[in-house]
Amino acid sequence: MKRLGITVAAAALIFFAGYAALFIAPDESTMHAIQRVFYVHLPLWMVMYSALTVAFIANIAWLATRQIKWDWLGVSAVEVGVVACTGGLATGVLWGKPAWGIWWTWDARLTTAFLLWLLYIAYLLLRGLLEDPERRATLSAIFGIFAFLDAPLVYASNRLWRTQHPAPVIFGGDNSGLNPTMGKVLVICILAMLPVMILLLVDRYRLERMRHEVEELRLAVEARAADSNPAVTRSTA
Amino acid sequence: MKNFNFLFAAWMVVWAVFFVYEFSIASRLARLQEEIERLKQQLRER
Repeated sequence: MKRLGITVAAAALIFFAGYAALFIAPDESTMHAIQRVFYVHLPLWMVMYSALTVAFIANIAWLATRQIKWDWLGVSAVEVGVVACTGGLATGVLWGKPAWGIWWTWDARLTTAFLLWLLYIAYLLLRGLLEDPERRATLSAIFGIFAFLDAPLVYASNRLWRTQHPAPVIFGGDNSGLNPTMGKVLVICILAMLPVMILLLVDRYRLERMRHEVEELRLAVEARAADSNPAVTRSTA
Repeated sequence: MKNFNFLFAAWMVVWAVFFVYEFSIASRLARLQEEIERLKQQLRER
């Protein structure tokens, strides 16, 4: 019931955020309608940074404590982060074509963002290759910490180098800033996207916990079978 | 509205990605729940 309430509240907020982005935010003078992609593009990156930060903390916590719940949280947050990153890259491509005349360019911002996506895809593939849970958790935690080094680089890339991607409009220095109404709409859109991330993360964590439960039950069934029929166990051993 | 098709596509892609992901989690959860029930049943029978 509590979960249903949160889902309904998140859906209402998303609906309002969509309305605000399309109808309340003022028209941008050079890009016009397509600039409204901004209200979903930037919140997606914020969701991605939040999820990957959670994964980074979980990776460190696993290495420090060896409690399996941190591994579950790590992989769940990485998967949600990859989904948000995929959305961020896709909306960027769809914004780039009408705004720049090209779908993609290998500038510092786009390249580091694409690299981040590839690194975390590799993280998920790596986990699929490792059978032993402890070894899988340790190696993926080390790889996750290494992959996270690219996240601040993505953030800083259009501050450090000249890029096709626009200069930052938030915390970008003296010449940056947003129209106050645009700023308010952006905050609403970020607040609408974060509960989606949390709901996905909670569900994904539950999935990992249930996988663990299935493994434990399978072992219990096998142990019970061995106890009830030791001859079969000896002959197959 | 100029470039509305790109704007529409961008919004659709985002919600499609989230929807497909949530759907995949929900179906995996349902499969695991069935598996848990089956294994618990096996344990009760033995």
